Amino acid sequence: MNTPTTNTGLMTPEIELERYELFEDLPYEFALDRRDFCKVLGGGIVVCLLLGSESLAQQPPRRPGGRGPAGPQEIGAWLHIDEKGTITVYTGKVEVGQNVRTALSQVVAEELRVPASTITMVMADTDRTPFDAGTFGSQSMPNMAPQLRRVAAAARDVLLDLAAEQAKVERDQLTVAGGKVTHAGSKRSFSFGDLTQGKKLTKAVRADVRTTPASEWKIAGTSVPKLHAASIVTGKHRYTTDLKRPGMLYGKVLRPAAFNATLASVKLKDAEAIHGVTVVRDGEFIGVAAASEHAAEQALAKIQAEWKTTPQPSDKEIFEYLKKNRAEGGGGFGGRGNFESGSMEKGLAAADHKLQATYTIAYIAHVPLEPRAAVAEWNDGKLTVWTGTQRPFGVRSDLARTFNVPAEKVRVIVPDTGSGYGGKHSGETAIEAARLAKAAGKPVKLVWTREEEFTWAYFRPAGVIDVNAGVRNDGLLTAWEFHNYNSGGSSIRPLYEIPNQKIAFHSARSPLRQGSYRALAATANTFARESHIDDLAHTVKFDPLEFRLKNLKDARLRAVLEAAAKHFGWGKTKPGDGHGFGIAGGFEKGSYVATCAEVAMKKGGPIQVVRLVTAFECGAIVNPDHLKNQVEGAVVMGLGGALFEAIRFENGKIQNASFKHYRVPRFSDVPAMETVLLDRKDLPSAGAGETPIIAVAPAIGNAIFQASGVRLRSMPMAPNGIKG
Amino acid sequence: MAKPVELHVNDRKIRLDTESERSLLSVLRDDLDLTGCKYGCGEGQCGACTVLIDGKATRSCITSLGDCAGKSITTIEGISRGGHLHPLQKAFMDAGAMQCGYCTTGMIMSGCALLAKNQTPTNKEIARAMEGNICRCGTYSRIVQAIHQAVDSMKGAGK
Repeated sequence: MNTPTTNTGLMTPEIELERYELFEDLPYEFALDRRDFCKVLGGGIVVCLLLGSESLAQQPPRRPGGRGPAGPQEIGAWLHIDEKGTITVYTGKVEVGQNVRTALSQVVAEELRVPASTITMVMADTDRTPFDAGTFGSQSMPNMAPQLRRVAAAARDVLLDLAAEQAKVERDQLTVAGGKVTHAGSKRSFSFGDLTQGKKLTKAVRADVRTTPASEWKIAGTSVPKLHAASIVTGKHRYTTDLKRPGMLYGKVLRPAAFNATLASVKLKDAEAIHGVTVVRDGEFIGVAAASEHAAEQALAKIQAEWKTTPQPSDKEIFEYLKKNRAEGGGGFGGRGNFESGSMEKGLAAADHKLQATYTIAYIAHVPLEPRAAVAEWNDGKLTVWTGTQRPFGVRSDLARTFNVPAEKVRVIVPDTGSGYGGKHSGETAIEAARLAKAAGKPVKLVWTREEEFTWAYFRPAGVIDVNAGVRNDGLLTAWEFHNYNSGGSSIRPLYEIPNQKIAFHSARSPLRQGSYRALAATANTFARESHIDDLAHTVKFDPLEFRLKNLKDARLRAVLEAAAKHFGWGKTKPGDGHGFGIAGGFEKGSYVATCAEVAMKKGGPIQVVRLVTAFECGAIVNPDHLKNQVEGAVVMGLGGALFEAIRFENGKIQNASFKHYRVPRFSDVPAMETVLLDRKDLPSAGAGETPIIAVAPAIGNAIFQASGVRLRSMPMAPNGIKG
Repeated sequence: MAKPVELHVNDRKIRLDTESERSLLSVLRDDLDLTGCKYGCGEGQCGACTVLIDGKATRSCITSLGDCAGKSITTIEGISRGGHLHPLQKAFMDAGAMQCGYCTTGMIMSGCALLAKNQTPTNKEIARAMEGNICRCGTYSRIVQAIHQAVDSMKGAGK
């Protein structure tokens, strides 16, 4: 695994890319042949960012065993201004609802001094956009935004040079505004399009290009409305699931009876006998394509298969199982996740109180409302696939490898997608649709059913966390030992000042397919840490906020804790009868969050979350309203994992693979919410889609403890629901 | 073979010669290219497929075409008139009440049915009426806000 370089030179600690990025072998291996391809851009100005030693780009993830993408390509981003002055930006990032389309438009618009809505963003099309490792790990803002900012600033320089040449004036007498370069003295102005004068100019970004500091932003830093919102509210936006191609068929895939099941026997005849139905059997892959979804379903139902299944662990024994079944590679990431300082023995000896506890976290599902889907089409040996994935170039590699064609003969296009939350890193539907399309000789659309999505995608890892800590009566932490089994190493180290620490991540053999998820293990690790810290505060009779601040120097974490507390009224009011207040905070991927919760508990009754106040800081804010929207959304999603979301499974079968049985937050679950955004224009912008989720569960758990004296150490904390 | 089914979709009379047991959702999307209604679960639990049948918010994924014979169907494509967005569509945009947008059309259709019955819903009434619609991105409070904003703009327009 590799560590992304930080481009800030500031205090951004190492950002851990997903430990559970999926690096599995492909499920199917097929064979195809080769063909050439080329890329074309029209006339005008093209500005490229060449990635060199000052690389701002995230590295593509490498697969164990050395397979996978052959390293970063040299162009990180590019921008095109055509003869009409139309500005088009090309980026491999995908829009999955995080509003990165709008945010990236804003940073480009800022440098070119035009409205954000005039920027055309071409995103996530492997034939048209530069290589990008994927949209995950909160990397778009810290990495892609600075690249585009530099590209756009360089384009502005080119326009100024052209105008200076044409007007025969010095560059410093020119200003750029409103899509024009103007010479104040002569009042002459040149539109961007005119300046190109039909040339085809290609420029690389100079190392010394000057971008606009956040303190001077006029377009970035403002709440520009979501671009394309009109196409969404009118139903005109075409998600992958909405696409149609001429002659397109609808696909369905036969699923095994359980995980790890092998095909014992299969009868295809009855399905094959249906007119207009293509049936494919290729190894363990069995699928059908037909003129309508209904016909495909009917054909699939005619296939009789017998599967050989094996006994597998269930959710009831999963935590013992994970601790017993260790896998290679604990720690990983060059030892990140493992840390030791001082001596636990000395630290515990110096403590007045010791506290040991075990926390657990269940597997949960991403549940993107648009299930995995793909439309695949072969034309003269070239494969084009439209699919909702967070890793278009990764899926292109997977397709090329699976069908044994060069990557240039595979094009992956990602329409703005119906969410991902870290759940769409893989390309199963792309491969399946492509296999069916190849056999049928026609384009094929494949949309996973909700049950397939719940079963055959992947899950946020379950985990067990053992914590042992020591504290003195004066409120100072003396010792901290923390072992995470399986759930991951994100945010595993505390920011509290503790002289004696031992931190370790231990890999385990997960019985379920597991992978990335919004904030990943930062949620589990923050839950365990912040619940335990709360317990320690109560043990030495300290106010939980005061206790945290006493052990904390990190100014950014202190700032969000204090902001959340202030807006919540922490210490100003006491909870009413049966109510409790809780606070928790954390850091992940360059941003800081604190959440205050109020819960209400009736005797023997359900838990009700009454109020959540979240303070969040991710450096300079690019779009305040969209940031607020992300924070609110993460908090609501966090409620589900905190209180009731859990995958139930037994013998390789998911027991609750439907919305009826797997409860996600709905309208009535949403408490009163307040979001406090701290804008740090002096700091680079970090990603924001993930971190705001991490403090929700411990804040609620801590509030439950205050209300009831009961410490809940398992996520979800109230699987039977919280409706009052 | 299948008996043709006649229905009204967005005020247009339509005759469909296909299997009547097919879901209305599939017919709207695949046959009529009205892709504003979405597949989210196929079990009537998420609301992404919501359309109005004779004015009532209905899950088109669990409604068969045959059950719609002679009825009047309104989809998201049928609520903006003369190039003007429906007040709810405008309010969802103004309130920024979406992220990925996949649930949005179903939310708006459920909101339409709610406002047809109750012109001044409280937060609780909105939550109750919309409980069957899932927004996995978690924009619920913004959707509630959007519905209130639509109420205000409709009142303004009614004066």
